[in-house]
Amino acid sequence: MHRRPRWLRHWVVYLALLPMAATVLFAYVGTVGWSVRVSMSSSRMLPIPDFIGLAQYEKLFNSERWMLSLHNVVLFGVVFIVACLVLGFLLAVFIDQQVRAEGVLRTVFLYPYAMSFVATGLVWQWVLNPELGLQASIRRLGFSDFTFDWIVSQDMVMYAIALAAVWQASGLVMALMLAGLRGIDTSLWNAARIDGIPRWRYYLSIVLPMLGPSFGTAIVLLSVSVVKVYDVVVAMTQGGPGLASEVPGKFIMDNLFQRANLGLASAASTVLLITVLALVMPLRYARWRAARQAPAGH
Amino acid sequence: MHARRSAFTPGRFGLYAFLLVAAAFFLLPLYVMLVTSFKPMEEIRLGNLFALPVKVTLEPWATAWFSVCTGLQCEGIRGGFFNSLAIVIPSTVLSILVGALNGYALSFWRPRGVEWLFGLLLLGAFVPYQVIMFPLVRAFAAMSIFGTLPGIVLIHTLFGMPVMTLLFRNYYASVPAELFKAARIDGGGFWRIFIQLMLPMSLPIIVVATIMQVTAIWNDFILGLVFAGREHLPMTVQLNNVINTTTGERLYNVNMAATMLTSLVPLLVYLVSGRWFVRGIAAGAVKG
Repeated sequence: MHRRPRWLRHWVVYLALLPMAATVLFAYVGTVGWSVRVSMSSSRMLPIPDFIGLAQYEKLFNSERWMLSLHNVVLFGVVFIVACLVLGFLLAVFIDQQVRAEGVLRTVFLYPYAMSFVATGLVWQWVLNPELGLQASIRRLGFSDFTFDWIVSQDMVMYAIALAAVWQASGLVMALMLAGLRGIDTSLWNAARIDGIPRWRYYLSIVLPMLGPSFGTAIVLLSVSVVKVYDVVVAMTQGGPGLASEVPGKFIMDNLFQRANLGLASAASTVLLITVLALVMPLRYARWRAARQAPAGH
Repeated sequence: MHARRSAFTPGRFGLYAFLLVAAAFFLLPLYVMLVTSFKPMEEIRLGNLFALPVKVTLEPWATAWFSVCTGLQCEGIRGGFFNSLAIVIPSTVLSILVGALNGYALSFWRPRGVEWLFGLLLLGAFVPYQVIMFPLVRAFAAMSIFGTLPGIVLIHTLFGMPVMTLLFRNYYASVPAELFKAARIDGGGFWRIFIQLMLPMSLPIIVVATIMQVTAIWNDFILGLVFAGREHLPMTVQLNNVINTTTGERLYNVNMAATMLTSLVPLLVYLVSGRWFVRGIAAGAVKG
């Protein structure tokens, strides 16, 4: 019997997936290809189809501003990720001790995550303002030498931004860790207690390793937001004082829309993309392998 | 996790001390925002961040809403509020519909040869906006939807598609295949099964998706800045303009009132939705 091929019988399915196909091909793959291509041209205000090899990349890595932004984002990333993980883990462990008002505390720790990075940046800009904010208030209490001027200090401004970002995102880590903690069998603690193992030891040697996947997820999510960081810098310092809080995301936006440096900005964004892929690929690969080993249900 | 509440020991004391200090740290900016927004400028100039307002005034809120300058215009950030609404509502509906449709087609019809499309879509969730932004600006300009409301709605739909598709695909993976087969035997076609069976069944996940998208799109800054056009700037962009383009003395009370107003919608969504919000975060985290 002659039957029509499967794809012809199911043409409506393919039709329904057309928006997805168009998005993937044009909005993701196509644009990335375009950016990579432009990064090898001498485009400034408008894209020019010439080919100059890797000259833009060379220029990029010779640019002091770009190197400074890389340095800043690495510093910010390390401080931000480590602080979020430590604080988020501690909050989750402490909240998991059958404390009173657990629901209220969870709400308090997580609400900043609902706020935008712009609002977060603006609030902290106000709190950290040396003339009127925290520093001035504590000086008024009589500690006239108290200094907390990170936001206007070239050396400390990235820590000020990290402080605001940690405030915003550590609740997320807490939520992820709490989900992980609740998944651990309570009989493990009972067994540890019978063996006379102190609680801190139990958390350090048994719980922490078991939260590996939660840490993995948190690290990837936080890293990706580090690579993309933009809003909070614009809202808090606009890259200042001087160029002290310049970050790659802002470097690209400035070169695209204000400095008419299309080729250079595209080279920078290609570098950003490669960084993200390098961060995400190992985890995806691990997931894929895990999925292959455990036969999926559906 | 332990069987019964322990007695009040030094350890318990330390535990509560830590949690209270942490809670104070998390609440501090909210407190500062609130008290500042009710103070007249004379009290702010005294430089006591934590003092409660002596003369409580609603004027900063009124100024922020009706008459603060958001760039060249001085009509308050209410315009931005309505712009954000006009962006969030269609973007949320559209991105959820597309995500549900993709998830449904991928999990039940399993069209051959599109798994790689889905894989690429998931990678797309991680691509920094900066990489794809400029080519899309040019494409949108060529289609003359750059800087229009449909343009910004479309861009949010494109960027929301990876997570939305994944969310619904995972949800449909838990629906028994027999249900789908029964609907097929009853003669249901692709669209009929989607609209009459799958969408009504998806209500719980639609709630999670709505929370995720409303929060994310309301809080977006960079896409609104680039794609919305002067007429439709969302509230976040206007807020940043209020604060970072003022000349002369900064009206911190107005600024804080404006910040509160801008954060009100996502905070309300968070407070009302509670554990659904957390589910949304967990689902968003799965994309790793």
